[in-house]
Amino acid sequence: MAESADEIVVLWITAGLGCDGETIALTGATQPSLEELILGGLPGIPRLVLHNPLLAYEVGEEFLAPFHRAARGEIDRFILVIEGSIPDETNKPEGYWAAFGVDQQTGQPITTCEWIDRLAPKAWAVVAVGTCAAYGGIHAMEGNPTGCMGLADYLGWDWRSRAGIPIVNVPGCPTLPDNLTETLLYLLRQAAGLAPMIPLDDQLRPTWLFEQTAHEGCNRGGYYEQAEFGEEYGSPKCIVKLGCWGPVVQCNVGRRSWLGGVGGCANVGGICIGCTMPSFPDKFMPFMNQPPGSLLSSHAVATYGRAVHALRRFTQASLNKEPSWRQKKPVQAAGSDSRNR
Amino acid sequence: MSTMTRTKPEAPAATRNLVEMNWDPITRIVGSLGIYTKIDFKNREVAECYSTSSIFRGYSIFMKGKDPRDAHFITSRICGICGDNHATCAIYAQNMAFGVRPPALGEWIINLGEAAEYMFDHNIYQDNLVGVDFCEQMVKETNPSVWEKAQKTEAPNAALHGYRRISDIMTALNPFTGEFYREALLMSRLTREMFCLMEGRHVHPSTLYPGGVGTVPTIQLFTDYLVRLMKYVEFMKKVVPMHDDLFDFFYEALPGYERVGQRRVLLGCWGSFNNPDVCDYTYERMTEWGNAMYVTPGVVVDGQLVTTDLVKINLGIRILLGSSYYEDWENAETFVQRDPLGNPVDKRHPWNQTTIPKPQKRDFQDKYTWVMSPRWYDERTGDYLALDTGGGPIARFWATALAGKVDIGYIKATGQSVKIYLPKTATKPEVEFEWKIPKWSNAIERDRARTYFQAYAAAAALYFLEKVMAEVHAGRTKTWSEFKVPDEAIGCGFHEAVRGVLSHHVVIRDGKIANYHPYPPTPWNASPRDIYGTPGPYEDAVQNTPIFEENGPDKFKGIDIMRAVRSFDPCLPCGVHMYLGGGKVLEVRHSPVFGPFGK
Repeated sequence: MAESADEIVVLWITAGLGCDGETIALTGATQPSLEELILGGLPGIPRLVLHNPLLAYEVGEEFLAPFHRAARGEIDRFILVIEGSIPDETNKPEGYWAAFGVDQQTGQPITTCEWIDRLAPKAWAVVAVGTCAAYGGIHAMEGNPTGCMGLADYLGWDWRSRAGIPIVNVPGCPTLPDNLTETLLYLLRQAAGLAPMIPLDDQLRPTWLFEQTAHEGCNRGGYYEQAEFGEEYGSPKCIVKLGCWGPVVQCNVGRRSWLGGVGGCANVGGICIGCTMPSFPDKFMPFMNQPPGSLLSSHAVATYGRAVHALRRFTQASLNKEPSWRQKKPVQAAGSDSRNR
Repeated sequence: MSTMTRTKPEAPAATRNLVEMNWDPITRIVGSLGIYTKIDFKNREVAECYSTSSIFRGYSIFMKGKDPRDAHFITSRICGICGDNHATCAIYAQNMAFGVRPPALGEWIINLGEAAEYMFDHNIYQDNLVGVDFCEQMVKETNPSVWEKAQKTEAPNAALHGYRRISDIMTALNPFTGEFYREALLMSRLTREMFCLMEGRHVHPSTLYPGGVGTVPTIQLFTDYLVRLMKYVEFMKKVVPMHDDLFDFFYEALPGYERVGQRRVLLGCWGSFNNPDVCDYTYERMTEWGNAMYVTPGVVVDGQLVTTDLVKINLGIRILLGSSYYEDWENAETFVQRDPLGNPVDKRHPWNQTTIPKPQKRDFQDKYTWVMSPRWYDERTGDYLALDTGGGPIARFWATALAGKVDIGYIKATGQSVKIYLPKTATKPEVEFEWKIPKWSNAIERDRARTYFQAYAAAAALYFLEKVMAEVHAGRTKTWSEFKVPDEAIGCGFHEAVRGVLSHHVVIRDGKIANYHPYPPTPWNASPRDIYGTPGPYEDAVQNTPIFEENGPDKFKGIDIMRAVRSFDPCLPCGVHMYLGGGKVLEVRHSPVFGPFGK
């Protein structure tokens, strides 16, 4: 299929070991929104031609046709998006952990791994959305039977697309909706020659989204500074003692909120369980225990924080008093008003 | 034992001229589903139907030995569209196991969050996924004569929704270019914002905990929810009459359409929205607090309400084998001999389930899938009923209507119907909708109920907001109660996932998870023929569905089959997580492919 220069095909496979949560997040994004990308609503940005099973008009073989075309090398430039972790199909004598469609010749399902093997070498760029696809995530938890892993574990961390682009990881369980569409937008801009190579860190995350910790963007950070720690859920104070990992987790949820500027994690009363991180979930469990590292830091900040807080309250109390002259003057006897003198 | 729920042996395929058709993957649902059929084009009917799924993850395996407080964080990840339903249900089970009762405010906040989830999820599924099956492009491609008729048919409720003819509604449903399609997508974000106000993040919540919530209950929080809710209420005043017009038109344009996806009325609803004044999460009082829920739990058989008692519902659950690749667990450990009331708990109950996978060749006369067969034991007749959820709303309405218990001002269950009152909004006057018990349990009525339940959820949220403001104004702002994890305990949670019945059963030993079995709606709906030969609901509903599509085998899209399957709101991540258990899984096969591929 010869696609036009002003559009880019996205082949989106949800058939990793996942939950479809990234596709649902895609429908929730507003900056930009899915329809802005699909309808070509942003200036200079190629239109996104999306083939995703949740949103497709077509069914079955008709839906799979562009995936087969791309595998045959008939789509010049496409972005492959993988959702869900990649199982180890070799850890059992036969059978499948994850498959996507059926081979109409043999009647056997086509495994997700087969699709990755066919499509990744031909893709202009490959994106792993969600922590499962990026690093393995919840389904790669200790004791899992599928031996699943992230896409970079499967393809290799040094893997490059034929356009020289590394795997792009957009972690999160699920990913922040706008992080997802904004990363796609960057790639569309790069494809149009309007942006340099997408900047990624050593875990293949877009740097501008993941260089800061959740704590650095948390609206409860001030409570931490003053050593005001919530002792029970529902407290508006810093909840690090209740299990929040925000101080060490790379995530922009504090700044971006969840959706439309609303919601999030620690900033609205939910502990950060580290869902964007490569070691999620194992190194954060049990989730409701205080992170061991914060035992020391929250203790260390206590002396300074309490002192600063006390001084601030003193200043604050003063600032809460209007200057003394802002008041109605008492009625005075005629001739005694100084202004009339 | 009655044989009413069983199918007759099918006539040998050779005597009918059957064409094999498959659609794999089925799109516009959540997860990986394939539908394999044999179609009798001469008699315009589906003769056989098998459904497949192709993802295996292993929750029950990797949850063993984990901290029970992690259960809701983990099980939320079962589903990417209704994960919060799992988190909520897990918390209900944890509350019972830990013996903790959240403050009323915490319970109302969860109810507001879950109401927003229903508003969001039914909305996006109905109008951005199912709606495409009824859009201009699809109807033109499958039934040109219906499109012709739609262009000549005035919409009876045009004054309420603004679309003059039925064809205008269909055009508005075209994907991405359709005006209503895009409006629904926008609305699905507004409702997700409402959800995030209460539960933090969508779809895996951050603020839910056993014992309550971490949400900070400020005046502003509930203002932010209220103003969004009222926009949705106004939207509903348009959507309900619009969908009524569309669905009624299909009955009129295609006489006999009621048979599409029709099956016997066998509905289960496990109840939704706990009432904190009554609910203390003790098993001993579960009958009472279950009946105080704002969606009444119930089992409806042939239009009769069999029970609304969660204890009876719980004890009646059976996980049967038959056509699935497992060994019986008869010799495995019985975790729970008796429930806390002293009732015997069956070996086939989720508390006692040990899954022993036995991979083997697919054989449609014998074993052909990894999905087990959840059934509900009807002690009146001795039947193991293949209950379905109808995608959720139709079962919720049917049980709630017959029970006649819910009466909260905005909602009244009458015994034959459910009345929903929506107050005045910025540009539209107050409205009363009434969901009436339909004549059939079929594709159109499942879809119609989904629209009405969006209004129900909004009305319930209005009530919950009143209760929440009463708490806040009275200064009762505690949202969470402390608890201790016991060394040994059992718990169960009952909820309605968006698509229907949801139960979580947990056994705790040495302070760790010893056994955990969630049963979401999709295994109920997608189950295969069980050990007694009773087919699962999809198979049952699609088989014998008449074909109204005008295309022949060469251009056949299977639209009537798609409408039948999608009316159940399939959610395969929920359906497949449990092809696993205590045993080591040696092999998982893609389930059934047959015909030219079989053998």
